[in-house]
Amino acid sequence: MNNILLIAGNELRRLFKSPLAWIILAVVQFLIAMFFYLLIQQYAQPANAGQGITAVVVSGMYQIAGVIMLLVSPLLTMRLLTEERRSGTIKLLFSSPLSITELILGKYLGITAFYGLMLVMISLMPAALLFGTPLDLGQITAALIGLILLMSSFAAIGLFISSLTSQPGIAAISTFGVLFILWIINAAGTNSSEGTAAVFAYLSLLTHYNNLLNGVFNSADVVFYCLVSLLFIVLSIWRLDAERSFG
Amino acid sequence: MESEILIEASELSRSYGQQRAVENVSFNVHRGEILGFLGPNGAGKSTTMQIISGIVAANHGSVSIAGHDINDTPKKAKQHIGFLPEQPPLYLDLTVDEYLHFAAKLRGLRGSELSEAVTISKQRCGLEQSGSRLINNLSKGYKQRVGIAQAIVHSPSVIILDEPTSGLDPIQIREIRDLMRELSEDHSVILSTHILSEVQSLCSRVLIINQGNIVLDQSIQNLQGDQNNPDSIIIGLHNPPLPEELLGLDGVMSVENISENTFRVNFEEGIDATQSIIKKAVKQDWGLYKLNPDDNSLELTFMRLTQGDDPSQMTAANLEQDNEDTHNE
Repeated sequence: MNNILLIAGNELRRLFKSPLAWIILAVVQFLIAMFFYLLIQQYAQPANAGQGITAVVVSGMYQIAGVIMLLVSPLLTMRLLTEERRSGTIKLLFSSPLSITELILGKYLGITAFYGLMLVMISLMPAALLFGTPLDLGQITAALIGLILLMSSFAAIGLFISSLTSQPGIAAISTFGVLFILWIINAAGTNSSEGTAAVFAYLSLLTHYNNLLNGVFNSADVVFYCLVSLLFIVLSIWRLDAERSFG
Repeated sequence: MESEILIEASELSRSYGQQRAVENVSFNVHRGEILGFLGPNGAGKSTTMQIISGIVAANHGSVSIAGHDINDTPKKAKQHIGFLPEQPPLYLDLTVDEYLHFAAKLRGLRGSELSEAVTISKQRCGLEQSGSRLINNLSKGYKQRVGIAQAIVHSPSVIILDEPTSGLDPIQIREIRDLMRELSEDHSVILSTHILSEVQSLCSRVLIINQGNIVLDQSIQNLQGDQNNPDSIIIGLHNPPLPEELLGLDGVMSVENISENTFRVNFEEGIDATQSIIKKAVKQDWGLYKLNPDDNSLELTFMRLTQGDDPSQMTAANLEQDNEDTHNE
């Protein structure tokens, strides 16, 4: 456990040493604030009378946040292992009393902690609404859980892909491709039979997120994200282990 | 008295795809020993060092560090290893202090023990003034020092250094050599290098590896021979005679032309012909201006083992052959 925290701490520290993390935080905050403002404008239109502010503004904002994270996450995960390889620091880690599982879990924990921070900053905006109006806190909690689960599965997928290459650029674009396919895979089933459509819909990262955004807390959705994260963490461990033995 | 064996490598083999990098390599290193690892580029030095430090797994064979097998109990074994790869494994965006603290924590040091260890290793590598500097802004030599500091911060019993003196200036090289001598008192050190004189001045044992196989494993004393009873000397003559005149002297086995006026004279076994060469040189007015003991035996051995026989060697037999050829023309 100590080792996992050590790796996670080192990861976070180095993230904040690079301008990339700060700029990503700033840009994400700015973009989401813009959408937040537009959503409030939209809510204020007389045509939308009768809809709850939580459904329109808060869920709408988290929906956008999910899409923005889809674009930004590959940039944050691309250097997780590629950079260790390029700079040779992976040799320091491999020659230290540290198991590969601890290394991967530490990396995952580090990047997830960063995502958690982003989430807190984003959530300050809907929290500001609490001064003026009551909100459906249940729905917000479900949406928050959804977003953190979504982001941690992005992190696991990105971590695995960064274990495959030593080029950050390749890791970033491949991660983006994989995330995007998993995002829209439900569209692939629209013209097929009901059973096939259900499978594709189940595989989509988006469908499960939408459920949670609407305040439907279904444990199947939570388990889905946990399984995705677990799968890619295990694959990353295997990949590094194989590199040691066969690479 | 035999001291404790700290590294035990037996029958290591490793291939990358079809490429055999290391084949059936076995050796032991005792406490207090500095083992010099020599070999041409691509001979398998780095691979062997990486296998010993647990970065790469061997296809066959086993490594045990201070009694712990690196595959069965990797955490215990790796606690005793400090490794400096060819390219120092540095996080360029950290400061020297942050980096060394991280490296020490990785090896399980905590609390006051930790800061003490970092201070000592900085002192040993001459980094006292650089603690708060960003590693990225350091010069190559200083980066190398940080790499060494990282390898010794937890005072491991086994220190493995892959070309530790590359990129350092002569003063730093001397400092690092002194440091390694100091470290070897109660640790064992493996170092790979291209610089033969470094091995000669530093190591107690030499391991030459060629095409993945160990071709020589000998203590440096055996290799350098008895300095009081040399096998060969280097002489410089202003008016050099024909080589056969030198060959004609008692006890001279072969003569090698190093440059126009300098020769390496190899003696027959057990005979020191130095005296007779000097007498003859004075008598014949050869203009003897230089007479050096030959400390190139390591270089010769290295060349012979890694490239086959040295072609510039002229022995008495083939010299006669050459002469006959010229007469016949």
